[in-house]
Amino acid sequence: MIWGVLQFPGSCDERDALHACALASGEARLIWHEDRDLGGVDGVVVPGGFSYGDYLRAGAIARFSPAMEAVAELAAAGGPVLGICNGFQVLCEAGLLPGALLRNENLRFVCRQVDLLPGVDAPETSLYGGKSAHQPLSIPAKHGEGRYYAPEATLNALEANGQVAFRYAPGHNPNGSARDIAGVRSEAGNVLGLMPHPEHAVDPLSGSTDGLRVFEDLARFAT
Amino acid sequence: MVRARVLIRPKEGILDPQGKAVERALPALGFEGVGHVRVGRMVELEAEDPAALGELCEKLLANPLIEDYEIQTL
Repeated sequence: MIWGVLQFPGSCDERDALHACALASGEARLIWHEDRDLGGVDGVVVPGGFSYGDYLRAGAIARFSPAMEAVAELAAAGGPVLGICNGFQVLCEAGLLPGALLRNENLRFVCRQVDLLPGVDAPETSLYGGKSAHQPLSIPAKHGEGRYYAPEATLNALEANGQVAFRYAPGHNPNGSARDIAGVRSEAGNVLGLMPHPEHAVDPLSGSTDGLRVFEDLARFAT
Repeated sequence: MVRARVLIRPKEGILDPQGKAVERALPALGFEGVGHVRVGRMVELEAEDPAALGELCEKLLANPLIEDYEIQTL
């Protein structure tokens, strides 16, 4: 499988995402945001950072990039799309995922390792592999606008459909996210967004390799 | 050209930590009796077709899921 990693002006985690994709599935390449053609990649990562300086709202301007039109087509065709942090914000702004990310409740930029559990109604067995639901994934979070919000009816529907991919473990919610939600999926499951950074948790050197599972899980949607 | 001002504010019921922080700072400065502070954004612009402003707000200037907007033509 070949992953493509988008690069916007202001992206800053695209190199780590490339490294993680290459480790997870062998090949990855950068895609400039002005490219309308994704060059035949099987899946796309929308990486973290501050695309377009987060002007107006985080992700609001990046969603209009030519590359994002191609990403929407890939998502509609069932291909894997992973949005990390700012990438999650972009996918929400683009309407590829439900909800929005608001300023952290305590107004502070958070930078710490957090434990993630699967959404209660969706055991996400493939994602957790050998790990049981009692052994959380340990992945770093670093953001100022990560408070997940969606109307109550949407939250209920997400839970009923098994679209809550990750919750912060008790005591680990760093931003006031509704129902401790750290990441959500599209209805078909192939579009996944989360605030914590799996691409920073792929090497034993940085303390955890749990992030690789996120990339491996999405790879199953590649055709 | 029509000059317009767009006011964008967090929707009712959505926690606005910026507003809360401002509200909490006021008593320390001696301003008592101020509450329900909400912090939003204002965009000034000139448009050839003011009829298009609504769509502009829906698609870019505001996120209708979390924000209300108000267009004032000047």
